[in-house]
Amino acid sequence: MTKFVGTGRQAMRHWVGPLCLALLMLAGVRADARNPVLVPDVSSRTIDIKYSFTGETLLLFGAIIYPDGRLADDRADIVVVIQGPTEPIILREKRRIGGIWVNADNIRFASAPGYYAVASSRPIADMLNERTAAVYEIGLDNLSLSPAGFTSDDQLGRFERGLVDLKRRLGLYVADANAVEITQGSLYRARLNIPARVPVGRYTAETFLVRNGEVIAVASRQIDIRKTGTDRFIANAAQNHGLLYGLFAVFLSVGMGWAAATLFARR
Amino acid sequence: MELYLPVANMSVHILWILALGTMVGLLSGMFGVGGGFLTTPLLIFSGIPPTVAAASAATQVTGASVSGMMAYLRRGGVDLHMGAVLVAGGLIGSILGAFAFRWLESIGQIDTVIALLYLLLLGSIGGLMLKESLTTLNILRSGAQPVTRKRRHHPLVTMLPLRWRFYRSGLYISPIAPLILGAISGMMTMLLGVGGGFIMVPAMLYILGMGAEVVVGTSLFQIFLTTIATTLIHSVTTHAVDIVLALLLLIGGVIGAQIGARLAMRANPARLRLILAIIVLLVALRMGAGLTWRPDEIFTVQAL
Repeated sequence: MTKFVGTGRQAMRHWVGPLCLALLMLAGVRADARNPVLVPDVSSRTIDIKYSFTGETLLLFGAIIYPDGRLADDRADIVVVIQGPTEPIILREKRRIGGIWVNADNIRFASAPGYYAVASSRPIADMLNERTAAVYEIGLDNLSLSPAGFTSDDQLGRFERGLVDLKRRLGLYVADANAVEITQGSLYRARLNIPARVPVGRYTAETFLVRNGEVIAVASRQIDIRKTGTDRFIANAAQNHGLLYGLFAVFLSVGMGWAAATLFARR
Repeated sequence: MELYLPVANMSVHILWILALGTMVGLLSGMFGVGGGFLTTPLLIFSGIPPTVAAASAATQVTGASVSGMMAYLRRGGVDLHMGAVLVAGGLIGSILGAFAFRWLESIGQIDTVIALLYLLLLGSIGGLMLKESLTTLNILRSGAQPVTRKRRHHPLVTMLPLRWRFYRSGLYISPIAPLILGAISGMMTMLLGVGGGFIMVPAMLYILGMGAEVVVGTSLFQIFLTTIATTLIHSVTTHAVDIVLALLLLIGGVIGAQIGARLAMRANPARLRLILAIIVLLVALRMGAGLTWRPDEIFTVQAL
């Protein structure tokens, strides 16, 4: 894992991220004529979750097109970031009180991504400095989580590490410094696993071309992950038609119990 | 074979859930309990969110209690009058439980409370059952006649005002007592996903002093209607009933229950109670261990 250790990182992030992003949008990414262009694509624009869904492997690939048709002398790197829909969460921390483990402390995060994967051709710390990585929100240490209700940077740091660690072990946050393969300096591809428990919604896949410690091209694609068929129907009914759904569940349960009783009684 | 659960938002191994349902069904058929006290913890241990586990287990208990209840109804083993009071209490309890659930969830203590309640309930009931079955087994072994306890209700019950006659139960007591009992069991159904039979049966026998011939049937009647109400309340408030999960549990459960009922006819009831007591105590121990051991996850996420 690429690890950025820096003091003041926590404090800085709360306002630097959005501000720099805004500046960036105004300036554009160094619209230099000599800079290469990215042509990205993904293996599937939509991922359908149905009864047999156990996760999916997503392939992100594309080409780096250099303006004068020749390859650059120095090495360029690719970073791919896939980010799922963000949601507000409360993260709770357990502590041992009176012999039992109970939730003792919590912090709210207004925009925790439900899924975040970063894949690169080499460790991000080797290609970008901390500040640049933070500006582009690249890396698990640079998620913009919008925390609230914390008392110290220490506490916030502990909670952020706890969240990332938890989600990494669920396969929902991924950082892989070897997942991008670049062929002959111009074709790249990255393979990323989407686990079964991903939240549904609109995902963005951003590809960054990095050279000499700078991001020289950015391109993004959208991926929709959605439930389909009966699973969509059931999830929708459970959420939006609670009473009908409940009545149906009761009907099903009573019906099955009754059917089994009469079936077995006859024998 | 993996199957995706649309409400729990995760995929589970279909055979594991079926086996779990069958195992619980087997127990419910053998011992006449709904089995919710086993389903919910086992589902939680397999990684299903606690709310979804409790809600879906309640749905399954409805199905598991249907056949037993019908059999008792036909034989006249249900005191409908008493049952109605218990169900009314159950409804009040479920609604109170729904509020308690929401409040505990908002302060982040729902998991701890669920685990503590399990530990407390299962620990005490399991302990009592263990003692009782061992004494009975000893008496049977020594060849002496088991002492039959004189049936009477708890002194507190007689203090309550407004007495009603419950003919089938052979009681003349205040309806407030069964109403409170029903409410307690309704709250447990909402919070823990248990039918509450393992609490209600001893309470009806020893606190209300009901006639033994209507206790199990009336308890099943109350469980049946209270779990229906709980499923509906969960569907409307927490949206946590996973119908696919409940269905899988039911398929295993109804088959297991029939096999269990057949097995039970050939076994010694005191020995059956001993086995059940040990199972109940094991679940309680596991729950207690979960509270005192350092948990796998220090951090937990709650969506807002």
